[in-house]
Amino acid sequence: MDILHTVTANQLRTDIPQFRAGDTLAVHVRVIEGDKERIQIFQGVCIKIKGGGINESFTVRKISNGVGVERIFPMHSPRLAKIEVLRRGRVRRAKLYYLRNLRGKAARIKEL
Amino acid sequence: MAGILGHKVGMTQIFDNDGLAVPVTVVQAGPCYVTQVKTEETDGYASVQLAFHEIKEKNVTKPRKGHFAKAGVEPKRYLAEFDFSDVSDVKVGDEIKADIFAEGSKVYVSGISKGKGFQGTVKRHNFGGGPKSHGQSDRLRAPGSLGQSSWPSRVFKGLKMAGRMGGDRKTLKNVQVVRVDVENNLIFLRGAVPGAKNTLLEIKK
Repeated sequence: MDILHTVTANQLRTDIPQFRAGDTLAVHVRVIEGDKERIQIFQGVCIKIKGGGINESFTVRKISNGVGVERIFPMHSPRLAKIEVLRRGRVRRAKLYYLRNLRGKAARIKEL
Repeated sequence: MAGILGHKVGMTQIFDNDGLAVPVTVVQAGPCYVTQVKTEETDGYASVQLAFHEIKEKNVTKPRKGHFAKAGVEPKRYLAEFDFSDVSDVKVGDEIKADIFAEGSKVYVSGISKGKGFQGTVKRHNFGGGPKSHGQSDRLRAPGSLGQSSWPSRVFKGLKMAGRMGGDRKTLKNVQVVRVDVENNLIFLRGAVPGAKNTLLEIKK
């Protein structure tokens, strides 16, 4: 395992803020279209942080036009320009899959 | 052709220049040492014998010790022959490192696959199995018919049946070299390669 850790160590990002499941995030994603590059923001609740090291990823869920949308981001991807933590939520589990069955008022998360 | 021996370290992912995650297998490749150069005149064919990985002196057989002493190379664990397109510029005692492979090039990778033990036809030969329902019993993973009836009154040789699976030498063609770490002699190959961690791999270009 040691070699696998050392070869990926220089790709790990250190500029990523601490956040947990239940926090509301604004993920700034670099979108490359041809030669042009622009920033797209995906804002929602982090429902899961999974994996470790270079394989770490997190899932953000939002309701878009009444439809639940989840997007999985690699934590250390160079395509992420910035992650903003907008709100810290108080939750009692690490994976918030129960939010998928809730909508509207019931899907709120109390602030820490 | 040229090649190198290596140990499979394991799999991970790295981000390429476009920022996309690429699944890679890390291979500790070499350093390998040339212990013998075979030529058309002396052996009837041209190839290069490489030695790889350290070994305790007490575990080296006497014939091997003599072979390594003749080459002037410290005894190693593995020996393998590779076809080098041009053996004239290879000398006994040369060190072969990971830098013989260019990033982005395609290589052949051979190794012994993981042993799976005795497996049925569904797993071993991708048979479909039988129907799940409509009054079936004990047919779910059955191999089905083995052949015809009174002619030929026997089962043809080579019919796909249950048996030992895995543990065979497998070769993958056109595996992409994603990155080469010359300093640490590591080769990053795209995707999976045969075998468990620490499996001996032959990489050829």
